[in-house]
Amino acid sequence: MKSIAAIAVNVFRESVRDKVLYNLVLFAILMMGASYLLGQLTAGQDVKIVKDLGLSAISVFGLFIAVFIGIGLVSKEVERRSVYSLLPKPIHRYQLILGKYAGLTLTLVVNVLIMTLAFYAVLLYSAWGINPIVQSAWDAPALDPALLRAIVLILVELLLLTSVALFFSTFSTPMLSAALTFGIFLVGHFSTDLRNFGQVVDSPAAARVARGLYWVVPNLGQFDVKSQVVHGQPVPFGYMALTAGYAALYTAMLLTMAVFIFSRRDFK
Amino acid sequence: MSVALATHELTKDFSVGFWRKRPYRALDRLTLEVREGEVFGFLGPNGAGKTTTLKLLMQLVFPTGGRAEIFGRPLGDLAVKRRIGYLPENPYFYDHLTAEELLMYFGALFGYDAAERRRRAGHMLDQVGIGSERRLQLRKFSKGMVQRVGIAQALLNDPDLVIFDEPMSGLDPLGRRDVRALVLGLRDRGCTVVFSSHVLSDAEALCSRVAILARGRLVANGGLHEILAFEATGWEMVVAGIPASQVPSAAAGIRRVVPIGDGRYAFDLALDPPPERLLADLAASGARLVSLNPIRPTLEDLFVEQVTSPAAMAPRQGGS
Repeated sequence: MKSIAAIAVNVFRESVRDKVLYNLVLFAILMMGASYLLGQLTAGQDVKIVKDLGLSAISVFGLFIAVFIGIGLVSKEVERRSVYSLLPKPIHRYQLILGKYAGLTLTLVVNVLIMTLAFYAVLLYSAWGINPIVQSAWDAPALDPALLRAIVLILVELLLLTSVALFFSTFSTPMLSAALTFGIFLVGHFSTDLRNFGQVVDSPAAARVARGLYWVVPNLGQFDVKSQVVHGQPVPFGYMALTAGYAALYTAMLLTMAVFIFSRRDFK
Repeated sequence: MSVALATHELTKDFSVGFWRKRPYRALDRLTLEVREGEVFGFLGPNGAGKTTTLKLLMQLVFPTGGRAEIFGRPLGDLAVKRRIGYLPENPYFYDHLTAEELLMYFGALFGYDAAERRRRAGHMLDQVGIGSERRLQLRKFSKGMVQRVGIAQALLNDPDLVIFDEPMSGLDPLGRRDVRALVLGLRDRGCTVVFSSHVLSDAEALCSRVAILARGRLVANGGLHEILAFEATGWEMVVAGIPASQVPSAAAGIRRVVPIGDGRYAFDLALDPPPERLLADLAASGARLVSLNPIRPTLEDLFVEQVTSPAAMAPRQGGS
């Protein structure tokens, strides 16, 4: 356990010294700021716009962080040969994989937290000085705590995607890992369409491929509750727990496969 | 003396080719032993299987056949790993860490507490001559400095067995001298040192025993005194101040005469007759002796002989 913690702390330290990370967080915060300006152009929908764009910024830039740092966790270590000094230390290979995952989890949690604080700051500024009567007509208050539910599910989705990136990076190059992870992200968000693909195409083969993908690729649409929270609709705790459980199972499965592959791999 | 490291028929095949994969034998049934407390050299030309052997011992690659043991235990045993230090060939570390942080990180993997990690990191960086640079990020280090950090991380746990893959690589003459002194210092405190090298003079200066690999096969193995015949096979004599017309070329025992310049000549003489007679004749004609040395086979001679022998040149499995 100590070794996993040491590896995780090292991943976190490496990540926070990476300029890419700062650029991504900065862009996310700029996008949230820009959403305020965009909100000014709409009549009475400004806070909704800020909420919608803010949550999207956390999701998209969180994805970039998960992918760009996640793919480097193992494949860069192999490509740059730092793994040659690391593996002869008194650790098991599975500890390296779990430590890397724990380190990126820590990085993501901290970054999502920073983006969340920036998001609430922009929301506070958007609602500043607006007549309470006007505010009472909104679907949900500006500083709605329910937004946190959407953010938690975004974080859970990012942690799942990190395990996807980590899984690919145990056997492929950084570029290919990034492409495959983005691919999984896109396909995962169209999961329902994949299930119904057979009804809109004539080719049975294409329908079978789509159905196969539906079963293999994680259903990421479930993690997207942005529109519900923005429009003040409830997101039950049971739904969140079920979705998080699904992510935990999927992540555990991917990490097991990553450990299986990495434990048998030759580092030529 | 007990055995620190043993391999039995250790074999490694890699798959080569993009479409049609075929096996390429990088190491062919290597059987050898390294005893505790000795300095053991792995020698061989590029592609001989030296690095593959060391990677097999470190479980960076897994064997196709055979087995190996370190301190009588199978590879991968964490208790054994705690007693080993390893320097990979051309090491590379994390760009954003400082040398001190890297050693602290590796110290954590050995389970040392923070104070112990700091003490060991500081001590080892002192040992390898990394001074104030220890707080610089490693991406700003030169190749030689990275090599020194690599040596420091390999010795961080005060190991009983040190495995160095090309430890002199990237080092300047001063650095090479330091590493030689370090290896001898390790030997003196009872540590077993195994290293691979292209530099035969290093092996001659440091090793008690060597193994020579060629095309994945062991072609020679043993103590330097066992595998090198230390009897002289002739003499090399250099004389000066002799006119060109008086240089003897056909006298008994002269195998070859090479003019060096400035009136100096190198004589390649047979072991018998002894050179005193020829030297006396030359001195009588005004020559001055510059040097007289016995000719002994060097490790380099043995190396060249072994790696070009028909057995060593036989094709590898897989036909490549």
